[in-house]
Amino acid sequence: MIQFDNVSKRYPGGFDALSDLTLQVDQGEMVFLTGPSGAGKSTLLKLIPLLERPSRGQIVIAGINLSRLGKGRIPHLRRRVGMIFQDHRLLHDRTVFDNVALPLVITGISHRDVGRRVRAALDKVGLLGREHAYPVTLSGGEQQRVGIARAVVTRPPILLADEPTGNLDPELSEEIMGLFVQFNRVGVTTLVASHDLNLVRRLGHRRVSLRDGKLVDDSASGGGQ
Amino acid sequence: MSIRARAQPRRAASGSATGRLLAGWVQAHGRAAVGALGRLSRTRMASAMTTAVLGIALALPAVFLLLLQNVEGVTADWDGGATVSLFMAPGLAEADYRSLAADLRLRDDVRSTDVVTPDAALEDFRARSGMDTALDLLDENPLPPLVIVVPAAELGADALQSLSQELGALSGVETARLDLEWVQRLHAVMDLLRRAIWLVAGLLAVTVILVVGNTIRLAIENRRDEIIITKLIGGTDAFIRRPFLYEGVWYGAFGGVLAALLVEVVRLALAGPAADLARLYQTAPLLQGLGAGGMLAVISSGVMLGLVGSWLAVGRHLAAIEPK
Repeated sequence: MIQFDNVSKRYPGGFDALSDLTLQVDQGEMVFLTGPSGAGKSTLLKLIPLLERPSRGQIVIAGINLSRLGKGRIPHLRRRVGMIFQDHRLLHDRTVFDNVALPLVITGISHRDVGRRVRAALDKVGLLGREHAYPVTLSGGEQQRVGIARAVVTRPPILLADEPTGNLDPELSEEIMGLFVQFNRVGVTTLVASHDLNLVRRLGHRRVSLRDGKLVDDSASGGGQ
Repeated sequence: MSIRARAQPRRAASGSATGRLLAGWVQAHGRAAVGALGRLSRTRMASAMTTAVLGIALALPAVFLLLLQNVEGVTADWDGGATVSLFMAPGLAEADYRSLAADLRLRDDVRSTDVVTPDAALEDFRARSGMDTALDLLDENPLPPLVIVVPAAELGADALQSLSQELGALSGVETARLDLEWVQRLHAVMDLLRRAIWLVAGLLAVTVILVVGNTIRLAIENRRDEIIITKLIGGTDAFIRRPFLYEGVWYGAFGGVLAALLVEVVRLALAGPAADLARLYQTAPLLQGLGAGGMLAVISSGVMLGLVGSWLAVGRHLAAIEPK
């Protein structure tokens, strides 16, 4: 499902965020990316929806070679990859409902279906009653759940999360991670970058460790549970 | 599971494919248009001021053009009214100039002729001038006989000129005067004005484009986060562009409507004096309004200019915003 072959990423200025990384993630797999900050976790995730282009190497997502994907097709790639960010990236002048509905509006889903699917997504993350609230009135954990609902509302085959529990206390972190595990159970290929090693170990899925842009440890190469 | 294959949203298999595409297109544009309108209404004061600037910029050339059109309408039939006055030698026998008038009438380039005898001219003058007593002091009638030649309507200015010269050279004719020169001068002045008005209109059109472009540039800056997030979750450039283009179109449309209203206000404000003037000159009513066609032209040029302005802003500034 996700295939990195000898991928390097050098940022302008000469910083090597990833060097010669090879990684394969099968369909339906759940993978935690760990490592200290600056190890390249975020860069790796950004390469998948082409928020960044690799400097060298090849990336294949769901059979599509990204180096051959034209600029005009990038939006369609991003619609199939749900993304969750540490800072949520919600629109603060829109209600929870409108935030979650945005991906559906972009894809042109009819108005009637939008309401149904937004409520289904909010129900999954436990925020069904808060659809008319504005993000600022929600706690950090709730905002993150809105972000998750927005990422899954289009039912993408791939889900990426960059430090989704970075600002949350341990109890909330566990709840959020539990949500990812649930989505993974219904077949969504899930990659979560986290530096919370204890939590990640307890969940028991495949762990990939990065350090200085290189893969240093892979708990179950070829994976699956 | 291919990204390409699943990129299309799954929909119920009802209706034709083109029908669904069309419905989706209409829905997307409707959303963008309504959304843009909603944003304008949320920043009502700022939108109103921008609209006022656009309205005035559109109204000025419209007023000028309308005035020009009115003047042209009033003067259009003055060419046709051109006459050549032949002042005959004083003391010429009435039979002579009457036969001259009859001969001239047979020419192809003459529509009709009229004879004014010195006596008739004096009576007319007496009636109009009110100088009865002064005229009574005259020993004899100083007025020459007059033959008025009305040229054929299809004659142009040059042909009239040469006809006038030709008639002036006839024996018995003292002077031939073509009553056209002031009309020609008026037309020359109007040509000059017309060109000046179009130049001003062009500059004001550029103003409208720049004002809309700058407003949209600010709107893009204000919604930077939204644009980034929309790009992150797979919004196409067309999807992101659309609301800004509609914003420009709305500005142009409102500006156009305001301009049409301003033009009517100006016309009503001038209606009284214009009616007096028309009565004095015994012409058709001055100051015709824009009419439905004119209003439509003003509003649609507002829409076009608004679209061009927002298109320029979107093209320049939207591509620069990319998620990281």
